[in-house]
Amino acid sequence: MIASTSTLASLAFGASAWFGSEPTLPKLPDSPYFWMPPSASVTTGNTDALWEFMLWMSLFFTVAIFWAMFRFCTKYRAKSRAANEIAEKTSEHNTMLELTWSVIPLLIVVPLFVGGFKGFVDLRTPPKSAMEIRATGQKWKWLFTYPGLGTPDDVLHVPLNVPVRMVINSVDVLHSLYVPAFRTKMDAVPGRYTDLWFKATQTGEFPIFCAEYCGTSHSDMITRVIVHAPGEYEKWLAKTIAAADSLTGVDRGKMLYDKQGCATCHSLDGTPKVGPSWKGIFGKTEAMAGGAPIKVDENYLRESMIDPQAHIVAGFAPAMPTYQGKLSDKDIDGLIEYIKSLK
Amino acid sequence: MASPSATADVVAPRSSSSDNYLTHDKGVLSWIFTLDHKRIGVMYLCSVLFAFALGGFFALLVRTELLTPGKTIIDHDTYNQMFTLHGAIMVFLVIIPGIPAALGNIIMPLQLGAKDVAFPRMNLASYHLWIVGAVFMLTSLAINAVDTGWTFYTPYSTTTSTAVVPAAFGAFILGFSSIFTGLNFIVTMHKMRPPGMTWFRLPLFCWALYSTALIQVLATPVIGITLLMMIIERTVHIGIFDPTLGGDPVLFQHFFWFYSHPAVYIMIVPAFGVIGEIIPVFSRKRIFGYKFIAISSLAIAFLGFLVWGHHMFVSGQSVLAGTIFSAITFLIAIPTAIKVFNWITTMYKGVIHLDTPMLYALAFLWVFTIGGLTGVFLAVMSVDVHLHDTYFVVAHFHYVMMGGAITAFMGGLHYWWPKFTGKMYNEKSGRFGALLVFIGLNVTFFPQFILGSRGMPRRYYNYLPEFQPLHVLSTLGAYTLGLGFLLTAFYLWKSIKNGKKAAANPWGGATLEWQCSSPPPYYNFHKAPVITAGPYDGYENLMYDEAIDGYVPRKSSQSA
Amino acid sequence: MSESTSESAAATAPKGGHGAPAPAHGEHDAHAGHGGHGGPHLAHHFDTYQQQFDAGKLGIWLFLLTEVLFFSGLFCAYTVYRGMHPEVFVYAHYFLNTSMGAINTCVLLISSLTAAWAVRNAQLAQRKLLVLNILITIACACTFMVVKFFEYEHKFHDGLLPGPAFHPTEQVWELETFKHKHPEAAEYAEKLTKAAEAKEHAKGAAAPAPGAAPESATYERPTEEQLEPLIKAGVLGPTAEDQTRPSKPRNAHVFFGIYFFMTGLHGIHVLGGIGVFIWLLLRANKGEFGPKYFGPIDYAALYWHLVDLIWIYLFPLLYLIH
Repeated sequence: MIASTSTLASLAFGASAWFGSEPTLPKLPDSPYFWMPPSASVTTGNTDALWEFMLWMSLFFTVAIFWAMFRFCTKYRAKSRAANEIAEKTSEHNTMLELTWSVIPLLIVVPLFVGGFKGFVDLRTPPKSAMEIRATGQKWKWLFTYPGLGTPDDVLHVPLNVPVRMVINSVDVLHSLYVPAFRTKMDAVPGRYTDLWFKATQTGEFPIFCAEYCGTSHSDMITRVIVHAPGEYEKWLAKTIAAADSLTGVDRGKMLYDKQGCATCHSLDGTPKVGPSWKGIFGKTEAMAGGAPIKVDENYLRESMIDPQAHIVAGFAPAMPTYQGKLSDKDIDGLIEYIKSLK
Repeated sequence: MASPSATADVVAPRSSSSDNYLTHDKGVLSWIFTLDHKRIGVMYLCSVLFAFALGGFFALLVRTELLTPGKTIIDHDTYNQMFTLHGAIMVFLVIIPGIPAALGNIIMPLQLGAKDVAFPRMNLASYHLWIVGAVFMLTSLAINAVDTGWTFYTPYSTTTSTAVVPAAFGAFILGFSSIFTGLNFIVTMHKMRPPGMTWFRLPLFCWALYSTALIQVLATPVIGITLLMMIIERTVHIGIFDPTLGGDPVLFQHFFWFYSHPAVYIMIVPAFGVIGEIIPVFSRKRIFGYKFIAISSLAIAFLGFLVWGHHMFVSGQSVLAGTIFSAITFLIAIPTAIKVFNWITTMYKGVIHLDTPMLYALAFLWVFTIGGLTGVFLAVMSVDVHLHDTYFVVAHFHYVMMGGAITAFMGGLHYWWPKFTGKMYNEKSGRFGALLVFIGLNVTFFPQFILGSRGMPRRYYNYLPEFQPLHVLSTLGAYTLGLGFLLTAFYLWKSIKNGKKAAANPWGGATLEWQCSSPPPYYNFHKAPVITAGPYDGYENLMYDEAIDGYVPRKSSQSA
Repeated sequence: MSESTSESAAATAPKGGHGAPAPAHGEHDAHAGHGGHGGPHLAHHFDTYQQQFDAGKLGIWLFLLTEVLFFSGLFCAYTVYRGMHPEVFVYAHYFLNTSMGAINTCVLLISSLTAAWAVRNAQLAQRKLLVLNILITIACACTFMVVKFFEYEHKFHDGLLPGPAFHPTEQVWELETFKHKHPEAAEYAEKLTKAAEAKEHAKGAAAPAPGAAPESATYERPTEEQLEPLIKAGVLGPTAEDQTRPSKPRNAHVFFGIYFFMTGLHGIHVLGGIGVFIWLLLRANKGEFGPKYFGPIDYAALYWHLVDLIWIYLFPLLYLIH
């Protein structure tokens, strides 16, 4: 059921141009379980065990209740109203019975509660040695900041078998970082930091979703976590740092366009999205909402990145978050060059 | 109740369908300004059903869009508006008022042998407020439909450019409508019970309405002030919820769920009451464990106020708070389970008639069991971290709200339809409609459990293509469900025109509403009857009379 | 649980209200019938006046309960915010006029007295006294609103508005209330401000000549009296908006947002009460109330007591912050 949807998938890809310049849709990984995604972190054990227990318990109670219902309906079904059968007198209250079927469910839920509590405390207690990666949610992109890497990346890279603590925040509205394969999730709250942790036990790619409704493209905030084999994570980080440092000008701008979330709102082909398209915009004189028209030059582009609400092109919503502190001067220059190149 | 023959002088014996509450006064104004609880209930019923159709239409739009991963028929923003309106309309305009204001208003005073509720003018005001609230909601739809989700979480709701204020203000007004209904019901049940009707002789429907009314009165003011705070924050920017102005967005969640969790018990407890009426009558047996069922409604109402944080395990809430909320949430499962067990035990050695109301009651037991058990999954803190904000939650609450509350509403509608319309609907159509609804429910929502546990988040316009087959299945179920309701609407409408005339007591019920004519006279009862027995006593004293297709007192035997 | 009995309409006077016993003299049903089947002012769905009164009493208590819960949301927000940012509240309370608040408190207390008295008048069918007491209640309520109006006007004038409209025209240490309480601190803040302004002025002017004399003031350690009130009010210290000179604390506007919201909502309830009492005044003047039927006065008075009580909580929470 999971694997055989390639035709539909290609239809989906073709039909929707909502991922900007490249399809960054992760593939839903195959799972050995019917109900759950693959188990790819040490944080899944408690959840999966409790799930199994509850599944069987629910099945038992459901079958018991349905069986009783069906049995009574068939065995005691009336012949007709005209027959005027009178029901046999049975006791109408039985305190012992009531207590029994109150106490037994109570006894069943106690281990569920304790198990859930223990698992939750564990999910909330990162190991002291955990490596830290910052995750920032914004409308509509996740950006991950690695130690030593100046620009954030939009894909989460982690090493195998190393505890990782994600320090999460949001720059605008509520988001929620959700990794189903790790069975963990935490809201990204503007104005404060939250965290979650995991320790990946399988290499591969696993989807990351935003799980708190955040507006138009809430369902496009899909990215993934790539779990690297031992040694590979360090190689990736070093390579990326080198590339990020070495990239300048138009190349740097293009990299940032993909990684920093510009693509979510600005197209390259002239189609207006949440924001104006970048195609041919440099040098144009644009009408501003509620003000004099402005020529789109280096100054205006820089201002739009640092203080986007200052002057907004007429016809567009004031939706852009500020990139102050997130884009270095080198980054801004690169983006300006890139935009210039899009005739 | 009193043995049926003794109450003959209570009802106007020759009251026929020639003069009843429907025909007593003529003209539109006599309805708009009526003080008769039965007419108010009927108006509520029509309005709630209309809102249900509207909310259902939005649901079908949502499900149709979800047939394919990318765009199917509408764009991102429209989709977000559709699921918001679907939720807001269903919660505030349909399910919360639903059973209490529509069925409760018509039936409860009759069950008490009273002439009306305690405050008839307040009752009318409650209905007018519903209309005003609905108008505000529709205004939001007309301007630029709200897109925040029915939960209005800040800071998104205080910053989005859609018409949040009319929708929130509409919900605020609807809160008053709900409070007035609850207040009225509490006073009615305290002060207007007939002689001999002790609390433990009240029908279980009344117990349910009473418990619900307590929640309505205590919880609704809090959503009122919350919505007001959100509106003021949005318009004046005082900074309570906005972190850039020094506020706390999670504070909104606490305020919101402090009402909205008890609200779900406003939605389901009346449904319990309806089931508690149908099962004894259609099993011809006294209910098992009356006291436990009655008290469990109060217990659920009380405990419901203490668990709001179980919606917020991953919001940044402290572990300690989460632990307390989780523990108490498990406790609520117990009185709920007791009810289900008691209802089934009532059927043991009964004489079971599988007419449409009973089919809905049985459907309720099936669907509510699943919905309730999946609530237990969500109460487990660690498991909830995985399932929160996924389709698992969507499936859970649709099983209990659609499968629970709406199924019970349908059951009650069919049970009391002959009473307040004076007509019988086509039984075969009724059974078929119930079957379609039942199948539709399960096919729509069961696949969503699987989607959720596999990681599909909710409120998603686009989704990973691998999830598509389950979505397609769910949408097919939704269309089946819609068809079932359409069919139901059709044959119910037909019955008003061409239905067989209903007897005063077609099902053989022993509660007081079955002792006045169908439809009841506008004054209900000449005099309050004296009550000497319980609400489920004396089925053996009733006899089916084929000539009128109804039950009459058994002539020769005495009451038990 | 009171059982309703099938007494006839000319029943005994209802018991209840403010503990008033049934009157010794006969009832004064001086109004033309309004004949419901049971009697004047007895609704058709009630059997006795007592039942009607009891139902109304329970109803108004439930309604008051909803009002308490309604306001509790705001009290909760106040508590949470004050817990997180106490300096904002200390800062803001200097801007409030405690005397006006106290006047309003007295005015409401008097009106509660007259409202309670009015219930007794109604029970005893003392029409003239009833009308007078209701009039005084309304007059006090109107006085409250007038005082409130002036308070609000001052706030608008002084730029003390919620949210982004918050631009106080005066610094807190320039206020009479602050100077009166903490004269040393006020002086100290003035000094620091002048020094900071001078520095800026010097920066803005021509670049200082090389070798020019440095800033003259030798650093004097501030005393407790000079420093503490300023820190408590968030004027200096980590919560201040401007770290280089005395200023208001960050997000000081939130207090005024809460202030206007709470007092505004309360004011709306006062207006509602005025409306109800005017309606009752007209009915009382017609002589509608007597020992069998005084419920509406009783219920309105109860409502009014709650409005008063809420103010009794608001006053210290908003005006008397230390």
